Amino acid sequence: MTGENLLGFIVVLFTALGIAFFSLKRIRAQFPAYIRKIPPIGRLKRAIGLSVEDGSRVHLSLGSPGLSEPAGTSALVGLSTLHRVGQLSSTSDQPPVCTSGDGNFTLLSRDVLRGVAVETNTYDSFDPDQGWLTGITPFSYALGAMEVIKDPIVKTNILIGTFGTEAVLLSTTAEQRESFTLAASHSLVGQAVFMATSRDVLLGEELYALPAYLNYRPAHLASLRVQDVLRYIIGAVLVAGTLMRALGIL
Amino acid sequence: MKVVNVAIAVLAGLIVLLGYFFNSSGLHELRSPLLDWAVTLSGIAGLVAILNLVFGVHLKRLRENHPRKGSSVVILISFAVTLLAGIFLGPADEGFQKLVTHVQVPIESSLMAVLAITLVFAALKILQRHRNWMGFVFFLSVILFLVLNSGVLAFTSEVPFLRDILSSLHQIPVAGARGILLGIALGSLATGIRVIIGSDRPYNG
Repeated sequence: MTGENLLGFIVVLFTALGIAFFSLKRIRAQFPAYIRKIPPIGRLKRAIGLSVEDGSRVHLSLGSPGLSEPAGTSALVGLSTLHRVGQLSSTSDQPPVCTSGDGNFTLLSRDVLRGVAVETNTYDSFDPDQGWLTGITPFSYALGAMEVIKDPIVKTNILIGTFGTEAVLLSTTAEQRESFTLAASHSLVGQAVFMATSRDVLLGEELYALPAYLNYRPAHLASLRVQDVLRYIIGAVLVAGTLMRALGIL
Repeated sequence: MKVVNVAIAVLAGLIVLLGYFFNSSGLHELRSPLLDWAVTLSGIAGLVAILNLVFGVHLKRLRENHPRKGSSVVILISFAVTLLAGIFLGPADEGFQKLVTHVQVPIESSLMAVLAITLVFAALKILQRHRNWMGFVFFLSVILFLVLNSGVLAFTSEVPFLRDILSSLHQIPVAGARGILLGIALGSLATGIRVIIGSDRPYNG
C-alpha cells in the first residue's frame, strides 16, 4: 500500500465515520447544525410550493452524467433532490418530470419517481415516462430537454448535474419561458455559463448542499458538517505548507 | 427484500472501493467481475433508455398525432438508418464512422456557433440578472480577463514591473478555480460515501 493510498483510505474512513457520527439523533439534538442562508434555494422552495398550488409541473434535469465518472456524484445529488421534490409536490396533480442524458440515470430517476409514488400513495397516477432519456450526447440531450422546458405546464426547472456549454440552450430557453430556474453544475464551465445566463445559481459546493437544505435526510446535513471539518483541515494544511515553504523547511 | 437489495449494493460498493486502496489478490478477484457486471448492466441500461426514447416517446407521439411529430419522424428515420448501418457494416467500419461523424459534427458545430452568439448576448445581460456585488464583480472579471487573454497587452512582457503584475493577475482565476474545485471534490467525496454506506439511496430496490 502506497502512502497516497493510505491517505485516501484514511480520508474515506474519516468521512464515513463523520457522517455516521453527525447523523446520530443524540448528536443532532445536542449540537444542532447552523446553516447559512442560500437565497436561490429559498426561492426554489417557494417555486415548488407555487407549482403545487397552480397545478404546474417541476422539471428536473440531470444533464449528461456518467455513473462511473467522479462527476456523476452531482447527478446523484440531483436524484436525491428529485426524491425530495417528489415528496414536496406529492399533493400536486402534476408529478415532477426528470430528463437525463445517460441510460443509468434514466433508470435510476424512474426508480426514484416510482419510490416517491409508493411512499406518497400516488402510485395510481404514476407514469414511468416521467423519467426519460432525451439524447445521449450533451447537445442532443439539451435539444430534447429544451422541449420539456418549453412545455407550458412546466413552470419550475431545476438544472442540477453534469452540464457544459450546452447548458446555455437550457437556461436561455427557461428564461424565455419566464419559468423559475435553479441551475447548478459541478463543472467550472457549466457554472460560468449558468452565472451568465441564469438568475438563481448554486456555485461550488452549494450544489451538494441542496438536499440538506430541502430537509431531506439527516445524513445530508451530517455530510455538510463533515465537509466543513475537512475544509478546515485542508485549509490548515495549506497554510502550514505555505509557511513551511516560506521558512525553507519544505 | 429491500434490505437485501441495499445490503448487496453496499457490499459491492465497499469491495470495489477497498480494491482501490488495498492491493490484495483476493479483493482483485472479487472486484474484477463486479466491475465487469457493472459495465454490462450500464450498457443494457443505455439500450433500454434508448429503446424507451424510440418506442415510448417518439413512436407514441406519432400514434397520438402530437404537434411536434415532424421532428419525431426525423429522429426515427435517423435512428433506423444508423442502427441498420451499424448492424450491417459494424461500428468500426470506416464508412459507418464517416456516415455518423459527417452528420453529427456539422450539426454540433452549428450548435456551437449558436451557443457563441447566445453566450455573448447573455453576457451583455449579466448585470440585469445579478443586480448585486457578485454580479458586478463577475462582470468586471469577465471584461478584465477577456482583455488580458486577448493579447492586446503583449507589449508588457518587455516591461518588468507590468509583466510581474499581469503574471500575478493571471494567477487569480487559477486560485478561484482551485477553491471551487476543492469544495466540489469534498462534496463529491461525501456524496459517494453516503451512497456506499447506504445512508443515501438513489435506488429503491
